[in-house]
Amino acid sequence: MVPISYYLILSGILFACGVTGFLIKRNIISIFMSIELMLNGVNLSFVAFAAQWHALSGQIFVFFVMVVAAAEAAVGLAIIIAVYRTRETLNVDQVDLLKL
Amino acid sequence: MTHLIIFLFFGGLCVAGAVNLLVQRHPINSALSLVVVMGSLAVEYLLLGAEFVAAVQVIVYAGAIMVLFVFVIMLLNAGEEERTKGSRVAMLFGIPGMLVGSVLVGWVLIERTGTQTVSAGALPGAPRTIGWLLFHNFLLPFEVTSILVLIAIMGAVVLASHPDSDQGKKES
Repeated sequence: MVPISYYLILSGILFACGVTGFLIKRNIISIFMSIELMLNGVNLSFVAFAAQWHALSGQIFVFFVMVVAAAEAAVGLAIIIAVYRTRETLNVDQVDLLKL
Repeated sequence: MTHLIIFLFFGGLCVAGAVNLLVQRHPINSALSLVVVMGSLAVEYLLLGAEFVAAVQVIVYAGAIMVLFVFVIMLLNAGEEERTKGSRVAMLFGIPGMLVGSVLVGWVLIERTGTQTVSAGALPGAPRTIGWLLFHNFLLPFEVTSILVLIAIMGAVVLASHPDSDQGKKES
């Protein structure tokens, strides 16, 4: 028997790690991975609340979040490839113009 | 008791992987620690009884998405990142801010959600149940999602295609 708050605290820690990585990382791929970490933390809290309130729609929603995350990863990584092709760098400090 | 031990072990693994993601400088190391986080999260889902979500977590996240990440890291030959002034300022303000925020949220959660416990497998999310829900109550969102994925595929192909090859087609 694990208290439901433990799951929520774990998901909060994961989300906080994701936000911190989003702030301190300078490599665009690492920033993208931090976003995935945040999505995972939110998914855990969805499943925990689904178990708390006996509502299976929470798990369905996690499924949809995963689909959106997969689509986001595909498009985001394609954008990263396009950015690297034009600028030859992955450092976000040097990618500060929309136009070349 | 066993559940608590399993939860603490894999929760610790999860947090260790997340912290390792932050500490590592090379993106490939961050990607591999993210795989550890996702794998141990799948075990947490199993503890909560969400079998379908655990399976999808391993297949889609730890499998497909992370392979995509590793491919892109290899393709772009991403090296170690260098620290800049901006990242130092972010560390100075970001980490204390996040610590304060997470302590606050944790305190509220412990105070408000209290001692309610959930036994392992409390809410059986077997693939059969989830599939029934998905194709009855959530049929419209499911179909809309397929359109979203189709758009994502086309967007990825258009964005990642080489600009020169596109021009070559127009000229010929």
